[in-house]
Amino acid sequence: MQRYSVFSLVSNALRGNQHWERAWRDPDPKEEYDVVIVGGGGHGLATAYYLAKEHGINKVAVLEKGYLGGGNAGRNTTIVRSNYMIDGNTQFYEHSLKLWHGLSQDLNYNVMFSPRGYVALATSQAQMDASAFRANSMRMNGIDAELLTREQVQKLLPYLDCSPNARFPVYGGLWQGRAGTARHDAVNWGFARAADSRGVDIIQQCEVLGYLWDGGRIVGVETTRGNIRAKKVALAVAGSTTLLGQKAGLELPIESHLLQAFVTEPIKPMIDYVIAYGTAHFYISQSDKGGLVLGGDLDGYNSYAQRGNLPIVDEVLTVAKALIPALSRLRVLRHWAGVMDMSMDGSPIICKAPVDGLYLNCGWCYGGFKATPASGFAFAHTIAKDEPYETNARFTLDRFRRGYQIDEKGAGPTPGAH
Amino acid sequence: MLRLKCPHCGERDHSEFAYGGDAGVKMPAIDNEDFEAWYQAVFIRKNPRGRHLEYWHHVQGCREWLKVERDTMTHEIFSVAAAREVEEGAQ
Ligand SMILES: Cc1cc2nc3c(=O)[nH]c(=O)nc-3n(C[C@H](O)[C@H](O)[C@H](O)COP(=O)(O)OP(=O)(O)OC[C@H]3O[C@@H](n4cnc5c(N)ncnc54)[C@H](O)[C@@H]3O)c2cc1C
Ligand SMILES: [Zn+2]
Repeated sequence: MQRYSVFSLVSNALRGNQHWERAWRDPDPKEEYDVVIVGGGGHGLATAYYLAKEHGINKVAVLEKGYLGGGNAGRNTTIVRSNYMIDGNTQFYEHSLKLWHGLSQDLNYNVMFSPRGYVALATSQAQMDASAFRANSMRMNGIDAELLTREQVQKLLPYLDCSPNARFPVYGGLWQGRAGTARHDAVNWGFARAADSRGVDIIQQCEVLGYLWDGGRIVGVETTRGNIRAKKVALAVAGSTTLLGQKAGLELPIESHLLQAFVTEPIKPMIDYVIAYGTAHFYISQSDKGGLVLGGDLDGYNSYAQRGNLPIVDEVLTVAKALIPALSRLRVLRHWAGVMDMSMDGSPIICKAPVDGLYLNCGWCYGGFKATPASGFAFAHTIAKDEPYETNARFTLDRFRRGYQIDEKGAGPTPGAH
Repeated sequence: MLRLKCPHCGERDHSEFAYGGDAGVKMPAIDNEDFEAWYQAVFIRKNPRGRHLEYWHHVQGCREWLKVERDTMTHEIFSVAAAREVEEGAQ
């Protein structure tokens, strides 16, 4: 693999950028692998990378039915943070944030990670108390967190409507300085290139249709490009987990729901941080190209259609304008949707499946982008060693049966509400 | 925008309704002590890509709970009926 460096940049520029190598190969599937990973989103690619890097397992294929990053990996609003409160989540997302901070160097690929800071606004005294509770539990786990007063928020975000007349007046906020955003496509491409350079076959346009069985054990997959045998089959298919799970005889605690995102026309730098507004479930940041990236709530009903609906457009833009009145004349350029696995407690599942030969990585709800490196790391460990890594020990499928749900929001078994 | 044809109010935008989840789930009787039945009802969903039976509440209309059959991929609506009538009929 050609390494990217200042030297390679200059020398390629001087030769008219005609001599760059392709970033990863385009091999045909082999007959057999040690591990087949289904799903070429960020999680599948990261898993392949860490299998090769941490465990020396490089007879690995990642099978993707469309193109890399065409799923949620390339549809999200790119927010990365570790302000989680519940045991299990706290440690997992902090491990992820630590990996993000060194990811570009590790992958030799600029994932444009930007630790610009994250403000979660509080709009009532109750929310201030909850923020203090969250900040304390984060700091007890060695994670950076600060409580902001209303005056501090106003100074940081002068364009907010902080007046007492605001529909939900700002009381303060919770600040995490090491949080921020990353370029989602670059994350996929970086993991793909780094995995490929360690021997992993990345195979696009290859849909998994079913499994190869030997007795009760899964020993490979049936695909649109033929049968592929594998000692272990690992699913990282985001919104399609139910469908592929059912083909393995699994009934899962998951519903598929839609989440939309929006981008406005580019403007000069205005929003320096990531801002979240929990009262209406709204978040906003500014991309490096100048567009404001914003999102809101789920569409609210089970759906597999990767397109959104107008009531949410109305809702998200109304909140945007109420919070930051200066946005009222801005035009939205694009909006789109992704299909997510909403789990019954709002937390993910990374574990061996109750079928031999099968491994599960699912239930990311709408927070799985930030998880990408730690998810790949923990999933690779689980696949390689047949036991969880310390960070995913609680992310089991049987937690629902055993009464150990990880319900960050306290919403109970209502997937649409997490 | 989905349009649901409420049996009382006629065809309305779905923003008048609140989604009430999977109507295929059978809640066990309150005195049922079978753990498995409760586990299935509380946590497990078929989550089909295709026809799905679900509840919608006409909150900003007649406030009737409706049972709707909808395709989760195409959003085609096959049927809308008052939930209590379908459920009484089935008993
Ligand atoms: C609008 C939106 C905003 C979001 N915002 C954020 C955010 O700000 N921060 C955050 O942390 N998270 C966010 N998320 C969530 C995050 O994007 C996802 O949780 C995460 O990307 C999912 O993991 P993944 O990358 O593996 O999934 P995906 O990228 O969806 O990967 C799954 C892949 O599997 C493939 N596949 C499916 N079935 C098959 C098959 N049968 N055979 C072969 N391949 C198959 C799909 O084509 C897809 O490419 C957001 C999601 C959406 C939709
Ligand atoms: Zn009605």
